[in-house]
Amino acid sequence: MWRYIARRGINLIPLLFGISLLSFIAIQLSPGDFLAEVRLNPVVSQQTVDEMRRDFGLDQPIHVQYAKWLWRVLHLDFGYSFAFQVPVMWLIRSHLVNTLILNIAALAIAWLLAIPIGIRAATRQYSLTDNTFSLGAYLGISTPTFFSGLVLLFLAFKTGWLPIGGMTGLDYEDLPWYGKALDVARHLVIPAAVLGFGAAAGLMRQMRGNLLEVLRADFVRTARAKGIGERPVIYKHAVRNAINPLITIFGFEIGHLLSGSAILENVVSWPGLGRLILESVVRKDLYVVMGALVIGGTTLVVGNLVADILLVVADPRIRYD
Amino acid sequence: MIGGAILLALYTLALFADVVAPYSLDFADRAHFYHPPLLPRFVDAEGRLHLRPFVYETVTDNPGLRTYRINPARLFPVKLLAQGESHHILWVVPTTIHVFGVDPPGRIFLMGTDQFGRDVFSRILHGSRVSLVIGLLVVSIILPIGMVYGGVAGYYGGRIDNTMMRIVEVILGFPAFYLLLTLSAILPTRVGCTTRFYLIVVIISFIGWTGLSRLIRGIVLPMKEQEFILAARAIGVGDLRILVRHILPNTTSLVVVVATLSVPGSILGESGLSFLGFGVREPCASWGNLLSAGANLPNLINAPWLLLPGLFIIITVVAYNFLGDGLRDALDPRLRVG
Repeated sequence: MWRYIARRGINLIPLLFGISLLSFIAIQLSPGDFLAEVRLNPVVSQQTVDEMRRDFGLDQPIHVQYAKWLWRVLHLDFGYSFAFQVPVMWLIRSHLVNTLILNIAALAIAWLLAIPIGIRAATRQYSLTDNTFSLGAYLGISTPTFFSGLVLLFLAFKTGWLPIGGMTGLDYEDLPWYGKALDVARHLVIPAAVLGFGAAAGLMRQMRGNLLEVLRADFVRTARAKGIGERPVIYKHAVRNAINPLITIFGFEIGHLLSGSAILENVVSWPGLGRLILESVVRKDLYVVMGALVIGGTTLVVGNLVADILLVVADPRIRYD
Repeated sequence: MIGGAILLALYTLALFADVVAPYSLDFADRAHFYHPPLLPRFVDAEGRLHLRPFVYETVTDNPGLRTYRINPARLFPVKLLAQGESHHILWVVPTTIHVFGVDPPGRIFLMGTDQFGRDVFSRILHGSRVSLVIGLLVVSIILPIGMVYGGVAGYYGGRIDNTMMRIVEVILGFPAFYLLLTLSAILPTRVGCTTRFYLIVVIISFIGWTGLSRLIRGIVLPMKEQEFILAARAIGVGDLRILVRHILPNTTSLVVVVATLSVPGSILGESGLSFLGFGVREPCASWGNLLSAGANLPNLINAPWLLLPGLFIIITVVAYNFLGDGLRDALDPRLRVG
């Protein structure tokens, strides 16, 4: 077990190296000078520009630039944002929290909805409930988040029930702590619902499919033959086995915690990582984009690793050696 | 099979977009900007029934509030095979005939207009060419790459497989949309619509081929131990021939299903990019960039019909998912999920 984890961990090293290299190449290929914007700023003198150029190592050959940047990244120093004039790490950290709030809320909604609905749909296969939910799930996996987000914003405006976009209200600073929490929660409803329902659709289909398969298995027939009631058969025997494959999905979702909401954040003006990376791409804020790519990529591969490990822990039949 | 029928209808509409759309892609009626949808009616203001549907002329009531008033004095019958702007059917036959239309100065705006007074319905039809074709183009690029790459990795195994899969994992290790966004920033900005469209196909393919390769590899890996491959090798068939003639054909049913289910991914990728302004750009239309017109709050609230392109995205993606699931059940029930 521990050997397996260690081996997989060592495998991550070339992968992360590749991710950092590809991020670096992608940024280097994009046209335009990163200091062009700084140079246009009349407050900044030519001397400062030259200093910045030297500081960031932009006057050196490309492989030296990469080596320097990588060395810094290994020390969790992602450089400096040109546009915001703050360290990238600081910028990313503040946006990261917001993205996590949104995605964890969505994750909770998705699992709390999908598992019971999936069980219900599978135990009543081809009933009206099942067909309705299955059709709904089809629509759910096919609707782009930016569209459902816009539709909900429109409804929010028409009804006036929920704030339209953003993460905090105008009077946020004046509110007591519980008021602040409530304010953020109110802003959270629309984006979390969009993401949560979307994820629930896929998850519910998976749960339903797994459970249907397990219900056909021999051990379920044996359990029924022993005279165990239908409820214990389903909840004690079938569901436990059907949830197993979902662990992989769970790990996958952990990996996407930082990136799953990228487009939606831009629609509902949620100040998260997706919005940050979009703005930085537009502004050619080199180090921010590279930092976000590397952090997003790292989360993803670590999430996949966690998924594999969880699977080994949960299912003793699977042994990787 | 419903999915297939819907797709057939959508692709036919896209093919004949020039004829079906009452207006061209760039047609703009500046006097009727943000005009709400105007459906043909049968009963006029005096309650008389008209056998032929008609639309009223509308006049600007308040340009600031973008309100329009119907002028009951002037009505324009909706004509089948109406005369309109000149265009080419299927890029070949020059004509001025449109499937339906009204005589100017009457206007028919089935789904309203945007900020320049361009007919949303016509632009959706023209834009469908981009949105519908992009998925097919991407699949036709990634399919051969994925099959060969995954086939080679799976067939040779060992160190070759290891190296090849590490490369795939690097690309898969990125959040797809972040990478898409960064790559689209590399694209030159001062190129024509068509060039940009092809460049976007290239970057979506650059990300898309990886998943497919891994899948093919996964099937080929156990297959190479089977008797029929061993037999082929025993009678001295070369590696390349075994791969192309014996192994890859055995993956066909899976590939068909995966290809179908990967099309909506590309369509969603393109519309997401275009929606954020990184994909197809004005004055060209795709469903994603048409939808972005409705993305700011004042437009969303005052002109909700600008959201209609989103419905077309959903219909297409649902249809592809239906078709893919149907094909999967028909070709290879083992893959069945739900």
